[in-house]
Amino acid sequence: MDKILDVRNIKLHYLTRKGAVRALDDVSFPLYRGETLGVVGESGCGKTTLGTALLNMPTPPGKIVGGEIFLEGKNVLELNERQYRTNIRWEKIAMVFQGAMNCLTPVYTIQKQMMETIKFHREIEDDQALERIIKYVNLVGLSADVLKRYPHELSGGMKQRIVIAMGLFLEPDVVICDEPTTALDVVVQAQIINLLKELKQELKLSFIFITHDLATEAEVSDRIMVMYAGKVVEIGTNEHIYGSQGASHPYTRRLLAATPRLHQQVEQLAFIPGTPPDLLTPPTGCRFHLRCDEKMEKCMKEEPPLKEIGPEHKVACWRCY
Amino acid sequence: MSEYILEVENLQKWFPIRRNISQVIKRERNYVKAVDGVSFKIKRGEIFGLIGESGCGKTTTGKLIMKLLEPTGGKMIFDAQDVTYLDTDAVELYKRKVQMVFQDPYASMNPRFRISDVLSEPLLIHKIGDSREDREARAIKALEEVKINPPEEFMERYPHMLSGGQRQRIATARTLILSPSFIVADEPVSMVDLSTRAEILHMMKEVQQSLGLTYLYITHDLSTARYFTDRIAVMYLGKIVEMGPAGELIDNAKHPYTQALIAAVCEPVSGNVNRIKEVPIKGEIPSAANIPHGCRFHTRCLYAKPECWEMEEPMLEEVSGVGHLAACRRWKEISGEKGKVSETA
Repeated sequence: MDKILDVRNIKLHYLTRKGAVRALDDVSFPLYRGETLGVVGESGCGKTTLGTALLNMPTPPGKIVGGEIFLEGKNVLELNERQYRTNIRWEKIAMVFQGAMNCLTPVYTIQKQMMETIKFHREIEDDQALERIIKYVNLVGLSADVLKRYPHELSGGMKQRIVIAMGLFLEPDVVICDEPTTALDVVVQAQIINLLKELKQELKLSFIFITHDLATEAEVSDRIMVMYAGKVVEIGTNEHIYGSQGASHPYTRRLLAATPRLHQQVEQLAFIPGTPPDLLTPPTGCRFHLRCDEKMEKCMKEEPPLKEIGPEHKVACWRCY
Repeated sequence: MSEYILEVENLQKWFPIRRNISQVIKRERNYVKAVDGVSFKIKRGEIFGLIGESGCGKTTTGKLIMKLLEPTGGKMIFDAQDVTYLDTDAVELYKRKVQMVFQDPYASMNPRFRISDVLSEPLLIHKIGDSREDREARAIKALEEVKINPPEEFMERYPHMLSGGQRQRIATARTLILSPSFIVADEPVSMVDLSTRAEILHMMKEVQQSLGLTYLYITHDLSTARYFTDRIAVMYLGKIVEMGPAGELIDNAKHPYTQALIAAVCEPVSGNVNRIKEVPIKGEIPSAANIPHGCRFHTRCLYAKPECWEMEEPMLEEVSGVGHLAACRRWKEISGEKGKVSETA
């Protein structure tokens, strides 16, 4: 399959006074054209950091200290900030941020803030820009009269749709969605998920869908990447992770066991005791071994590599090879 | 002692809307009817779930029960005592028995208080405990209750030194310190991580069983409600539209609104990626200042017929003989129609 994005050994460290927090440590994955890749994990595992790394704008004091990001075969991390801003960010890779309803400026109308973005990137007349804005606002299922309104006049679902439209109207190839449905009600959430699926089919976009909710991820993602403590622990197709044979990595399995299901009466939900490790001084060996109940002698000493155990299915666990 | 710890009858909370000058002259008054005639009874030792979308009045109901708001109308009976309107002293006594766990464990604690201060504060307010040592002993006991180990070590910490899960445990310990019999938990796990979520719910269930507590669990998440609660009430625009035992209500929902909510929930199973999910509901939730006539759900209901908006609002009626109530005129026909659709499919 055609790789639109190929991320290789990316390392992003937060350089704090106490030392480097290794938020992303050797993360590698491909993103194929027209697919949705889901990224899941607990908070603090590096999901959002990954999104900012792909946009090459890590939150200070973060810094990309190694690795390559190939976009259509070209390493984009070699570009300087100006080139990146004008050619890549939002043009090729766009992001729908977490808590998108707070991303809109309260003092501008929707039209004004959308116009600002489009005018920065394209030299076009106002009426052409407006035409384009209206096209994308309609595409996300809203009528053009929302453009005259201010953010506080819109409901949460409508604001979320506007932010998605803003991510799309420069026609990027890759859209990163960071928890786009977390703050929404179930009905609105289902509508937004349907919208993303329709857009994916209509515009042939590739999505990276970041969330901590494994149930939502099962509905939207073709492939799923599970992260723990700044590392990829499992990456596989939807069937590999959620299918009847069950996921391979103990962490993925235990996350799934902790997810409540609607159509099953469960007496007791399993949970993972403890918290993710401090990434200033990550544990030796497998980073999950402190909370794993299947650990062996080897897990504490040697770090398991991310190894292919089947077609499109990689796992980092000594138990699985 | 009655079987029910809390009985709520036709409870109302209307918030007045600011009027313009012509409305003042015409003596017009408009209200946001946040809670508009809610009735339910909670049994002793039960976990009762209150579910709905944002803006349906579930949190307002919780606040009314906590006496953080004064009701506009209706009646509340707690422990065989009418508590609808209470004076200041009586409210204080009432709040010893009824406590609340809030949604956001990051905002519900004073960042300048150590955990020992957080836990002693309710004791000071209610003038319980003779000395500092006595209060600290009680605090340690409450921490043991919520499985914080070792409790002595946590007493000296500040909230920022704790994880989200630990904070929510401390928040629960703070409610337990007054030995209440009833706890209102308003979305206690919506802000914590998914692995911690299961842990917190598990801990709350254990505490409930060992101390014989009753919970009112307010949430928008049907999956955790099914796992955590005994009975569920579904609210829509300030009114309960369906109520019943948790499993029965979810497996056998009768009200079209409950059916839509259930259809919208994502499940962690494979094979749904390329399917556009059918959610049997249309439009957006109407404003609570302008509630539709008749059945208040008819504007969004796919099965609505003229009788739904022309006749009076439907009352809750028994639908399956196990205490499962639904407020829909056409529930029998709707189950029939759905049966037909699945037969032809």
